[in-house]
Amino acid sequence: MSAQDVQLTTNNSQLTTSEIAFEHVTKRFPSAATPAVDDVSLDVQQGDLVVLLGPSGCGKTTLLKMVNRLYEHDSGRILMQGQEIRSFKVTDLRRRIGYVIQSVGLFPHMTVARNIATVPEMLGWDKARINSRVDELLEIVGLQPGEYRGRYPAQLSGGQQQRVGLARAMSADPAIMLMDEPFAAIDSITRRRLQDELLNIQQKVRKTILFVTHDVEEAIRLADKIAVMRAGKVVQHDTPLRILSAPADDFVTELTGAGDVLRRLSLLDVGSAMLPANGVNSTPTTAAAAALHPRDSLRDALGQLLGSGAETLPVVDEQGQRVGTIDMAAIRRLTHPD
Amino acid sequence: MDQLTRYLFANFGDKVWPRMVEHITLSSLALLIALVIALPLGLAISKVKPAAPPVLGVLDILYTIPSFALFAFLVPITGIGTQPALIALSAYALVVLVHNTMVAFNGVDPAVREAARGMGMSPAQVLWRIEVPLALPIIIAGVRIAALSTVGLTTIAAWIGAGGMGQLLRDGMNDPTYSKLYAGIISIGIIAVAADVVFRLLERLASVPTHQKARKSPSKDLLVKRA
Repeated sequence: MSAQDVQLTTNNSQLTTSEIAFEHVTKRFPSAATPAVDDVSLDVQQGDLVVLLGPSGCGKTTLLKMVNRLYEHDSGRILMQGQEIRSFKVTDLRRRIGYVIQSVGLFPHMTVARNIATVPEMLGWDKARINSRVDELLEIVGLQPGEYRGRYPAQLSGGQQQRVGLARAMSADPAIMLMDEPFAAIDSITRRRLQDELLNIQQKVRKTILFVTHDVEEAIRLADKIAVMRAGKVVQHDTPLRILSAPADDFVTELTGAGDVLRRLSLLDVGSAMLPANGVNSTPTTAAAAALHPRDSLRDALGQLLGSGAETLPVVDEQGQRVGTIDMAAIRRLTHPD
Repeated sequence: MDQLTRYLFANFGDKVWPRMVEHITLSSLALLIALVIALPLGLAISKVKPAAPPVLGVLDILYTIPSFALFAFLVPITGIGTQPALIALSAYALVVLVHNTMVAFNGVDPAVREAARGMGMSPAQVLWRIEVPLALPIIIAGVRIAALSTVGLTTIAAWIGAGGMGQLLRDGMNDPTYSKLYAGIISIGIIAVAADVVFRLLERLASVPTHQKARKSPSKDLLVKRA
């Protein structure tokens, strides 16, 4: 079976497996005049990282918290792997869903290891399995197990705490993760690093992630799909590329700042515009040539193209493997999709 | 001083020690009764916020009644002895304990509670694994304050025939050498200081290392703090 076949079969299976599905979901809070979430229908495909993006009060967090039933939906259906979430026992449902919040919420009286072990302990895993899982997770989130297992949350920096929060949410290997502005309270340099690591982790583990943020750049960096929300409704649900290149209305345009071409290019990565290399040409390129990485921004690519005077530039991944090429025409296709 | 030492040597076993035991028993019992009522009540009014002002209001009114008046008030109803003493002492301790228990549970970070719920802990698991351990140091601090005030108030209970160190003070008033009086005062002080030390120790044991920053040797850090 060739690589392309694999691609096709996964695509096919994705067509049939929506991991989370909202069907005409509405939620009203007693004190509010308008519904917090208003007749939202949204399909989240297995293995996708879907960002709920919008200004504060748009209903994105409410939508998220209805999945693990911290809020109960008033009408409509929410399906997890095809089953209405109310058909599960609420504690069982939550143990199957990883949950990460902005204020982290680590248990201050427990060590890092015990924090991470919380759900596996409730699920009755044996000690050896829990211990090795804790070490494995600490490695994944970039914390030395030997050094950090025994620490208390107060002995960690904000960034380290959220790493532990992430490890804790993944502890029982849930298929679904809910992340509510997890990096919003972290300084921009650390945030950037955590975003990169989340992407790396996601590449390995392929969870279905619902991720709430009001930060457009974060949304575009992380998302497979973005659902832009406003006043309880999803106004556009599409790939970051489409959200930027074909915003559904003025609200989306304004929110993403898509009117500014250079800003738009700075938000898009090379990977989204490059011409993928086919199998024959994927020979390692010499390091001497100016090359771009798939995660570099298109703004950088434009700069390099103009600066070097080259017609096309190779795109090279971490392993030095050439994965595609980028040229002016490719960039123009994005800025002028028609 | 001389007379005091002589008095203590001659009478510690049969006059002072039994009163001390009475005093400690009475105080502990009152504290225990108050705890049994106050812990669930304090937790309840921390969960059901609208219930807090009326409950605390009633308790505060109780607290403003002078202790001697309350003891005297109970005598026609219950007669003299340990029964009215226990009722009055428990009532006073209750005020402090309910208030502090509520504050302790209110002090648990909502984010921690949300994380616990979101991870699939049942309400009972959230309570016992998260809220109680986090609230415990403050609850114990409340118990310490209640214990100290109870030890003091128990002295007055002797005037309604409940015994304790107050009895020694009463008798000591008529003793021209005041040896009994001094012996009583010193003993009460010892009980109070002992209670203070014990509860401070418990408080420290229940505390979590929330404010230590990561250092090479956290234990060294603790010692500095203690000093």
